Amino acid sequence: MNIRDHEHVTTPQDGNTQKPQPAWREQFPIDWQQDEFRSRRNFTKMLGLTSLAFVAGQIWIGALSIFRKSRAKPERMDLGLVDELAIGTAKRFEYPSQGHPCLLVRLGKERFVAFGQKCTHLSCPVIPKPEQGKFLCPCHHGSFDIQTGRPLAGPPRRPLPRVILEMKDGRIFANGFSEGEA
Amino acid sequence: MKSVFTLHQRSTIVVSILAIVLSVVIMQLWLLTATMEAFLGGDDSIVWPAALASLGLFGLNFGLLHFYMRKLVDDKS
Repeated sequence: MNIRDHEHVTTPQDGNTQKPQPAWREQFPIDWQQDEFRSRRNFTKMLGLTSLAFVAGQIWIGALSIFRKSRAKPERMDLGLVDELAIGTAKRFEYPSQGHPCLLVRLGKERFVAFGQKCTHLSCPVIPKPEQGKFLCPCHHGSFDIQTGRPLAGPPRRPLPRVILEMKDGRIFANGFSEGEA
Repeated sequence: MKSVFTLHQRSTIVVSILAIVLSVVIMQLWLLTATMEAFLGGDDSIVWPAALASLGLFGLNFGLLHFYMRKLVDDKS
């Protein structure tokens, strides 16, 4: 008898028919198909499929990576006059498009930084605290270094995306994002 | 077909194979989460090497499971 047939026939595991089974088995019947389904062999098959699913997940990340590289660089955007922003203050803007909030912070006379405003933990908007030298996420009390965007405390593990800034003729421009850590 | 393994040997082999397969699957899970973490952090350099490594681990799993299904399960018939 082929062991594979077990899955399709409801028979006790000892291979006998229902008749020679003890009385308690008749009174407390077991669904043998379900029992077989939970067998070691099916567990092994499930592990194989899980392994294949992980490979599919890796390929999916690879495809996302290719898609990200193929996207065009965001266009340069005018953020206004340099003198509009006082030292130690911040300005909110949306870049590269609506729905992508960013923060421009003036740290010194000639020193500006800009980062995406979404916390890298769960996308809550971070609040600039230039006097404390950090961005604060009020949701889970995460914080980021205001100069580099690197996480300092709390649940976030990845840095805030840094906006590349350019200054020309007294105006300040956003010109894309820098990859990886700032 | 008569099995070349005794019942006791077969049981030992099956448990060993399951332990290895389970370890490999856990390694693949770790690889997937580490790759996703790096990707979201802007690091694309490890994405494809990690995918190849995961594929290699799946190949190992497939070979072990193939051996298990063909040599051990069919032998029982």
